[in-house]
Amino acid sequence: MREITYLEAVREAMSQEMRENKDVFILGEDIGVYGGAFGVTRGMIEEFGPERVRNTPISESAIAGTAIGAALTGMRPILELQFSDFITISMDQIVNQAAKLRYMYGGKGKVPMVLRTPAGSGTGAAAQHSQSLEAWMTHIPGLKVVQPSTAYDVKGLLKAAMDDDNPVIFYEHKLLYKTKGDVPEEQYSIPLGKADIKREGTDVTIVATAIMVHKALEAAAELDKEGISIEVVDPRTLVPLDTDTIVESVKKTSRLVVVHEAVKRGGYGGEIASAIAESDAFDYLDAPIKRVGGKAVPIPYNPELEKAAVPQVPDIIEAVKETLNKRITTHA
Amino acid sequence: MIKTVKLPPQITEEKLVDLYKDMWLIRYFDEKVDEFFAKGMIHGTTHLCVGQEASASGACAVLENKDKITSTHRGHGHCIAKGAEVNKMMAELFGRTTGYCKGKGGSMHIADVDKGNLGANGIVGGGIPLAVGAGLTSKMKEEGYVVLCFFGDGASNEGSFHEAINLASIWDLPVVFICENNQYGMSGSVKEMVNIENIADRAAAYGIPGKVVDGNDIIDVMNGVNEAVERARNGQGPTIIEAKTYRWKGHSKSDAKKYRTREEEKEWREKDPIARLRKLLIDEGILTEEKADQLKQEAKHEIESSIEFAKNSPEPSVDELMEDIYA
Ligand SMILES: Cc1ncc(C[n+]2csc(CCOP(=O)(O)OP(=O)(O)O)c2C)c(N)n1
Ligand SMILES: [Mg+2]
Repeated sequence: MREITYLEAVREAMSQEMRENKDVFILGEDIGVYGGAFGVTRGMIEEFGPERVRNTPISESAIAGTAIGAALTGMRPILELQFSDFITISMDQIVNQAAKLRYMYGGKGKVPMVLRTPAGSGTGAAAQHSQSLEAWMTHIPGLKVVQPSTAYDVKGLLKAAMDDDNPVIFYEHKLLYKTKGDVPEEQYSIPLGKADIKREGTDVTIVATAIMVHKALEAAAELDKEGISIEVVDPRTLVPLDTDTIVESVKKTSRLVVVHEAVKRGGYGGEIASAIAESDAFDYLDAPIKRVGGKAVPIPYNPELEKAAVPQVPDIIEAVKETLNKRITTHA
Repeated sequence: MIKTVKLPPQITEEKLVDLYKDMWLIRYFDEKVDEFFAKGMIHGTTHLCVGQEASASGACAVLENKDKITSTHRGHGHCIAKGAEVNKMMAELFGRTTGYCKGKGGSMHIADVDKGNLGANGIVGGGIPLAVGAGLTSKMKEEGYVVLCFFGDGASNEGSFHEAINLASIWDLPVVFICENNQYGMSGSVKEMVNIENIADRAAAYGIPGKVVDGNDIIDVMNGVNEAVERARNGQGPTIIEAKTYRWKGHSKSDAKKYRTREEEKEWREKDPIARLRKLLIDEGILTEEKADQLKQEAKHEIESSIEFAKNSPEPSVDELMEDIYA
């Protein structure tokens, strides 16, 4: 199969869909000849023209609302926000409008739109351009939340997001854009709500999201040398969450480490840990669940501090070892 | 006494000479940053204001020390113009503990609160309401300072612009809104992104004065801003000043500049704001060619030594990561 980058996979998914469906269009800042802040839409205005690749003013509230209004009335917009941090400016439109319109109207109307946006740290862009705020979105009934980790997944998940009749918040990780993988040329869909086991193992389950999937796989490879067998589960979508796959994995390994880049406090890892605590996998646990997440600090500029603010491979290895050393003792 | 142009009363000949050197400081600072960025010695992202020196220098020139500014992602010029030390700025870009933000902020977040610079901003339009809040403090505590709020043409399309200026207007706050219209917000041409000729014309919607100045002519900037600052200081409320200018470099790193022509760039380069002030100072007999060159060289040396300062400064230790989150 052909190898392309994560970035190219996103572009290809959009282009193929736009060729098929006239109702799909993109709007966002600098997505025209500039090709978007990260170059994802490069070449698209040349193919689809400025009507369907709509360069907007710097007005995140208005462009989010416009996408929602267009979606409500028959279009299928894709909104690109340059950095996921700027969702804060679109927030009313997404949270109070997009997420709730259908329900508030008693099931009338729908908002089929995708909000694509790059998240995460690692580029030295500092506190206002490096956050991972996906947990906020998962708290809002009516939204779906996707966090693809590979080129293959991003293409299939974006297709599913574009086909979905609900507002989907689609987080792309900046550091994944250049990563490569095998991606089919034709369109395909990966259902929202289907986790993927990225590595099978028997001793400890690591549930990791976005770039942390790769860090978890690196940790697993290291641990393998010590004879520790790790299963890495990538939920791929946070809403809906494939709890079953995680429960099954934990039943098999009896140990769980949850890893995300977002700040640990209030992060989605708490939701995953609770889902296990509430499930029948709870009885299978041999050690307390460990959460590994970002420190509760704005992302700093200095590269060493920036790295220290978010989980790294050794942090994951350490967490795994802790779960292996700490057995749950039953109190008489 | 200068004969050919009118100046705000507080601007002396010595001040003009200082401004000439300061504009070179700004230009050399950003050119060095550009160079070190290309070499990979500065990381992250950065936005350079080469070509826009007159709007930063001219606007800040008419201020008193107690006055404050809010700045933008393209803020190195504002910072220098408000009296910052280039050593601490460069050290910040190198991510060192001696930097203005101890290496935690970087280019987009340099703040020099002691000098009244409330900070650059990574969020387009993010600083506009902050300026209004600082103006409110000045009014409520009767501190008598004025706030200069810098923002770009692109930022004027954010809701924060509209909301903040309306508020400043109804409360008669001492804020001067300075739109540095450099013709583009990233790739978005102002011709395509607003349907009016001048962003200053929006002032009418808030019932405040709006004035266009030649942003590449430091004299015009000073006169326009000074009048607005006087109004603000006298309790007559805010003004929008639009300084028409141009950024010579790309928006940030790796900008192929496909959205504009090389001819257009050339036209604007001919309107070099530093060359213009130099000509005035020489024509007026305030500077000789030799003295002007000497000031330029001094500025260059200051920037070069700021690089040495930055390189020789310590990196923050990881122990400092969790410091300064809460007051
Ligand atoms: C809220 C927000 N939206 C988008 C961006 C990305 N961005 C950074 S600078 C910029 C252009 C700003 O244009 P303008 O206000 O004219 O200032 P200039 O860069 O021309 O100085 C954009 C779109 C951002 N940082 N913040
Ligand atoms: Mg601009």
